[in-house]
This record gives sequence, structure tokens and C-alpha cells, in this order.
Amino acid sequence: MKALVSVKRVVDFNVRIQVKPDGSGVVTDGIKHAMNPFDEIAMEEAVRLKEKGKVTEIVAITIGGAKCEETLRTALAFGADRAIHVKEEGEVQPLTAARALAAVVRKEAPQIVLLGKQAIDDDNNQTPQMLAALLDCAQATFASKVEVDGGKAKVTREIDAGLETLEIDLPAVISTDLRLNEPRYLKLPDIMKAKKKPLEAVTLADLGVQAAAPVKHVKTVNPPVRGKGVVVKTVDDLLAALKQKGLVS
Amino acid sequence: MSKILIVAQHAGGKLNAGTAKAVSCAQKIGGDIEIAVFATSGASVAAEAAKLAGVKAVLQVDNPANDHNLAAVVAPQVAELAKARGSSHVLAAGSTFGKDLMPRVAALLGVPQVSDVMLVHAPNKFDRPIYAGNAIVTVETTATPVVATVRMASFQAAAAGGSAAVEKASTSAKLPTHTRFVGIESHKSERPDLQSAARVVSGGRAFASGENFTKLLLPLADKLGAGVGASRAAVDSGYVPNDWQVGQTGKIIAPELYVAIGISGAIQHLAGIKDARTIVAINKDPEAPIFEVADIGLVGDLFQILPELTSKL
Ligand SMILES: Cc1cc2nc3c(=O)[nH]c(=O)nc-3n(C[C@H](O)[C@H](O)[C@H](O)COP(=O)(O)OP(=O)(O)OC[C@H]3O[C@@H](n4cnc5c(N)ncnc54)[C@H](O)[C@@H]3O)c2cc1C
Ligand SMILES: Nc1ncnc2c1ncn2[C@@H]1O[C@H](COP(=O)(O)O)[C@@H](O)[C@H]1O
Repeated sequence: MKALVSVKRVVDFNVRIQVKPDGSGVVTDGIKHAMNPFDEIAMEEAVRLKEKGKVTEIVAITIGGAKCEETLRTALAFGADRAIHVKEEGEVQPLTAARALAAVVRKEAPQIVLLGKQAIDDDNNQTPQMLAALLDCAQATFASKVEVDGGKAKVTREIDAGLETLEIDLPAVISTDLRLNEPRYLKLPDIMKAKKKPLEAVTLADLGVQAAAPVKHVKTVNPPVRGKGVVVKTVDDLLAALKQKGLVS
Repeated sequence: MSKILIVAQHAGGKLNAGTAKAVSCAQKIGGDIEIAVFATSGASVAAEAAKLAGVKAVLQVDNPANDHNLAAVVAPQVAELAKARGSSHVLAAGSTFGKDLMPRVAALLGVPQVSDVMLVHAPNKFDRPIYAGNAIVTVETTATPVVATVRMASFQAAAAGGSAAVEKASTSAKLPTHTRFVGIESHKSERPDLQSAARVVSGGRAFASGENFTKLLLPLADKLGAGVGASRAAVDSGYVPNDWQVGQTGKIIAPELYVAIGISGAIQHLAGIKDARTIVAINKDPEAPIFEVADIGLVGDLFQILPELTSKL
């Protein structure tokens, strides 16, 4: 069974981002980027499924500019067998990403499509659900446990009320939550090997995909800053400060 | 004029509080507000929804397939209902229910989605957080309908006092059978619900065990009448259940009082508490980033501070 894993290049999660003074966005030039953390988890899950003999081939995919090739190389170092780079230098919003992924799914016919639950740049949390809608297949979002058995999967999902378990027929789309697994550290030999693995480049036009009408970003600003607080020395002082705010009697 | 369709979230025959917050967002957009209830038999939920101020109609869509409100099953019905009603907007709370469902609806309608609306500028222009809330972007969409989820921490629940008509509705959407509910594991608790509690006490990795949460954090929460939360590290370490997680990828909350204990204050955690009125931090490291956002900070060892604090309350 084939697995398709989508990986997005985003600003590294440790970076404290800066809003551009002219409000046109956040500073990304010269800033450390990495694979979206949820996509690392998706890659790791695919590799584990392959190690268990459930998956036979892993194809990694990204939609984005030239720099995204490094993210695909990371995916190949994780253990993807080959990669597809859908080249698009402009901004790629979720509906467009989902359309591109759907076109590739129709061609590649994977049984499992793994994506991160959200890209930590725009925090949209949309693409997997949109993809499942376009494919008219099952979706299991926010997965914290995935068991594949024949043509079905049992997926435990992290939801507000606790943990929900679904049984879904394959092919299906699964989006990963933080506790699904802990991605491995990449070893140098794997990084070297990844350089020789096949990477195919296509365009949205090659796939017959039309970019969706984008949601326009009018202006980006800093969030409001909180007022400066006080530091107290003792529990009694803390209680006094809380009393003053009317929070304890 | 706008015609807004809100998808109700419910469980156990009760309306979830997030729906009233979506109504409040809809009031800011302005126009006719309709609430759709998808359930096996949604009468009690529909009756509750009808009482929300400003709601014009409640559409009760009963179907045995709607048991458990699976996104794949509900989405085609929402899409069809939105078309039938001529909705200009389709909204749901930005809970895990809304996040799972609404992008699927948007894609079926062939439109993009606006996630986590925190402010309404105009019926098609909103503010939303990006980069874990470290930037706020104003977005404008030209698509119809506007499909959006509502950031619950940004809106008060709509008041009661409405008396909308409840109509039975149905759709001819073809419902898939590829997704089946197996079970849910919830930790029932008598404590206030984390997402709506006026006060929240949270613990981090520093607690070092689940027993310490029980021994030290819960008694403090009980004294304060507070809901309980945690950092990702505390959840990952298995000290507390996943639904306690506060932050970018957990729950985003806006209590009057948030007490962070043994939590360093990583940006992903702060993303969940920026709207708290008062933040109290207890941490032994005076350099911990949590102190940058705390209104009241106390530097020290939680294992000494908590017993004293709890006994003095
Ligand atoms: C994609 C992504 C999403 C994430 N989403 C979230 C999220 O939603 N929510 C979240 O919380 N995190 C999230 N994280 C993780 C986040 O980056 C931090 O790793 C996490 O919040 C740290 O938890 P912590 O503060 O409990 O642990 P630590 O960072 O280890 O901090 C422990 C703190 O306890 C203090 N301490 C230790 N002993 C004591 C003592 N005896 N008394 C008092 N203080 C003590 C230390 O000084 C330290 O500041 C996410 C990370 C990623 C990559
Ligand atoms: N341009 C893209 N290229 C590859 N994967 C993407 C892209 N956009 C979104 N995704 C995938 O969809 C997931 C959710 O993204 P989002 O809906 O943007 O929050 C990400 O974790 C990725 O797996």
C-alpha cells in the first residue's frame, strides 16, 4: 500500500517572528525555516507503517517555491522513497494546496494520505479536511493513534472532550496531532542517501489545477502587548495582590 | 443583507457553549441568523438554540446518521442546506468539532475558509491570529458564501432571551458510510470546564508526576473554584489527559484568572492564554518567559509555594 505525505516548509517553531513595519506580513527572509512539526510527525508515522510492513512505498509532496526542495530532501531523509515538488512561487492557500494534492492522489492512488493537522505559520488547520472533501473519502483529523488493518484504519483523535476513536475505510486522509509519535533524529547517512532519491517537479498547470480565489491579507499587525506586571516575593504578597484585583476575598 | 447559517455543536442533547459565541460573532456581521442542528433527534438542542438572542430560525435536521456528528456525514448536509437557504455566511465555533467540519464544508462549496475569526471589520473582512497569535492579520474574502470558524476566546456567549421558530428541515445529500464511530474516552469531572471557566489553574513539566498534580494542583483549583489545564510537556509526559492542554494546538482560553505553575511560557503555550484578564505565574526561574506576560509573578519552588497558598486561601 502506498502512502502520500504532504510536507510544508514553515518558519522554525523556535523563531520569535517579527511583523514587518509596513504591515505587509511577517519577516521571513533570512529566517530559519524547517519542516512543519506536524508534517514531521506525519512522515514519522508513514515510516513506522512501512517498518511494520503495512506500507510499501512512501511518496512525499510539497506545493511551494524553489526553497521547498530542502523540505522534500528532509522527507526523503526520513524515509520517503520519492518526492513530488509542485512548483508554485506565489502564496499557496489551503484550498489550492488541497486541489493540488487531490490531483496527485488521483494519479498516484495512495491508500493513505498523511498531513499535519495545521501549518504553524498561518495556523489554518484546513488542508486535510478540504482534501478529503475533494476526494469524497474518509477523514480522521488530529490523530493520536493510527492502526491500519487491511482496507481499514482505526484512528484515535484528540478532541476537546477527550479521545474519540473512528473506524475509516481506505483510501482516507489522516491529519496528525502532537502525540501520535516522536519523530526520529535524522542521521547523516540518511541525509546523504536522500540526495540521490528521485524528486519530480511539476506545476499546478501540469496537474490541471486552478488556484482558488485567495483570502486576501490586507494588513498584518502585532498583537496587543500586555501591561507590565509585578513580581512579588511571598505567598502573602501574592494573596494581597490577588485581593487588590478582587480575585480572592 | 447577510444571511448567516451557524452549525450547532452539541453532545448529550445539550447545546455546546461555543455555539452561543458563534451567534455573537454573527451579530457583529449583522443580518438574519439561522442555526442548524444536525442530530438523531435534535429537539432539545433546537429548543435551546431558539432561546439565543438574535436568532431568527432554528433548522432541525434529524437523521440517524447524524449520531456522533461525524464531519464527513454532516458536511454534505451543511453544504446543501447553505445552498438551499441562500446563506451568505456559514459559521461554526472554532472547537475541534468546527475545525474538523468546516473546511470540509468549504471545499464542498468550492470556497476558501477563514479560520479563527477574532474580530469582524465588515461582513467579509475579519481579523485572525497567525504564528501562534504572534501576529494578527486582517483578511478579506470575495468568495460566497463566507465559510469561517469563530475563535471562542474572542467572543462572549450571546445572551438568552430569544424565541426563534424551530423548523424541521431535511436535505437530500448523499451521506457516506466510510466513517464509523467506535467510541469516546472522556474524563468527566465536577470542575468547571476548561474552555468556559472564569478561573483556570495550569501545571507544567515541573510537577514531575500525575500524583503531584493530584496532590498539589487540584486542591488549589478546588479552593479557587477553577478549571484545570496543563502545558504540552505535562500532557506528553502522561501526567494529565490530552484535553487539559492549553496553547496553540490545545485549548485557547480567556479566563478572568489564569495561574501558570511550573510552566516556562513557550510561545505555543502563550498562544492559548493571551486573552486571560489576569495571569499569575509561579516559577523557580526568574528568567522564565512566562514572567514577561504575567501580571503577578512569584519566583520560587512550587512544592513549597502551593501547599502554603492552598492553605491560606
Ligand atoms: C508545533 C508545536 C505545538 C505546540 N503546542 C503547544 C501547546 O498547545 N501548548 C503547550 O503548552 N505547549 C505546546 N508546545 C510545546 C512548547 O514549545 C513547550 O515545549 C511546552 O509548552 C513546555 O512545557 P512546560 O512549560 O511545562 O515545560 P518546560 O519548558 O520544561 O518548563 C518547565 C518550567 O518549570 C519550571 N520549574 C521547574 N521546577 C520547578 C519548581 N520546583 N517550582 C517552580 N517551577 C519549576 C522551570 O523553571 C521551567 O520554566 C508546542 C510545540 C510545538 C513544536
Ligand atoms: N503548500 C503546502 N505544501 C505541502 N503541504 C501543505 C501545504 N499547505 C498545507 N499543507 C499540508 O496541510 C497541513 C495543514 O495545513 P494548513 O491547512 O495550512 O494548516 C500541513 O501540515 C501540510 O501537511
